[in-house]
Amino acid sequence: MIDVAIEWLGNTLLIVGAASVLIGGIGVIRMPDLYSRMHASSLTDTMATLALFSGLMLHSGFTLATIKLMAIMAFLLLTGPTATYALANAAFRSGIQPPRSTNTNNEEKSAP
Amino acid sequence: MTIVFALFLLTLLVVTALAIVRTKNLFVATMLLSIFSLLMAVNFFILDAADVALTEAAVGAGVTTVIFLSALRLTSQFERGTLASSRWIAVIVVVITTVLLIIGTINTPNLGDPNAPVHQHVAPFYLENTEALMGFPNVVTAVLSSFRGYDTLGEVFVVFIAAVGVMFILDARQGTGPEYELPVDKGLKHHLIPRAVGGLLIPFMLLFGLYVQFHGEYGPGGGFQAGAIVATAFILYAILEGERTALKAFSRNAQMALIIGGSTLYGAVGVVCMLKGGTFLDYSVLMEDPVIARQVGIIIIELGVGMAVCGALLSIFHSFAARKPVEHAK
Repeated sequence: MIDVAIEWLGNTLLIVGAASVLIGGIGVIRMPDLYSRMHASSLTDTMATLALFSGLMLHSGFTLATIKLMAIMAFLLLTGPTATYALANAAFRSGIQPPRSTNTNNEEKSAP
Repeated sequence: MTIVFALFLLTLLVVTALAIVRTKNLFVATMLLSIFSLLMAVNFFILDAADVALTEAAVGAGVTTVIFLSALRLTSQFERGTLASSRWIAVIVVVITTVLLIIGTINTPNLGDPNAPVHQHVAPFYLENTEALMGFPNVVTAVLSSFRGYDTLGEVFVVFIAAVGVMFILDARQGTGPEYELPVDKGLKHHLIPRAVGGLLIPFMLLFGLYVQFHGEYGPGGGFQAGAIVATAFILYAILEGERTALKAFSRNAQMALIIGGSTLYGAVGVVCMLKGGTFLDYSVLMEDPVIARQVGIIIIELGVGMAVCGALLSIFHSFAARKPVEHAK
């Protein structure tokens, strides 16, 4: 009974993770400017990593693979958001400004 | 399932390659090249070539991207247009090469076909005798460092020559005086998050590099991969703390010593084998027990390979990073 429950929980987490990756991918294409695109792609870094790796860990049980997955997850959770931060910071410092109004018809210059 | 995944990856590879050719922005091309290498690494992994995959991921996707970016800092971001007349020559060359490659694939045996010539020649000997002769399971390491030890020695010398060549071109002194000194480091000092995370990661990267170095007999890995991983850790340090601090921590002379020391160590093992009465790079004469002697010889030459690769990658990176960018007239 408990085995089945854990397996289904793992499956659900895997589906949630895959959905996050998909949503992140759609967001990168659909969002209007750099910063909101990065916001979408950072979903892949955090939510998808957490869900996918938790699901995989539930599937692998108490084995060496679980420890390895945990280490990879910790690594990705540390580096992914840091890379997003560094990218956003570099973009801001090189002069790409976030658009000031939410009205996308309003043509604003992106560079100062 | 694996076939579907492999086909998907190979399609992505072609798409990425086309995008690299099409883009005029060299920064974009560099990032796409990094993606290309990563896809290639996954492909190697699907083909069960874990050692090559590790090298491709560390060197192709990691270090090479950083070196390209630091080279772009010195040049222009945009590609210059080519002459229309030379384009036709290029098209003709590409068409001929494509036709030849397609003709070549007709006679290629299927993937994993046991009757393929490559599996009939020396491969059975390697597979059957590695365990008995070397006493460890990783056939790739055995082939690379013992059965084909001469080739690997040649590769190390190629790495050495590449590093020396880059130094000859880029390290020429522009002049002396304060205006040619390295600027005071800004690094990423105002970026607390990358510095904190980087400081956390560098020890683990070094540890992983050492693990790959000394575990190469039993798992995927060896000198080439380990050298690249250790070099990545030092390059990350240079990016975070700035060029001057990094060179103070690990000077150009120390890098040069690593390259020369690594290549010399490899050659010296061969010479010692000859002095002990064997042939060049025949490790079995190093000790009483030939199996243990081969293991010792392989560990030493892998260390030489790792030192040479690490030093070469670092010195190439610093050759680019320590130069001042030239201001381009618009």
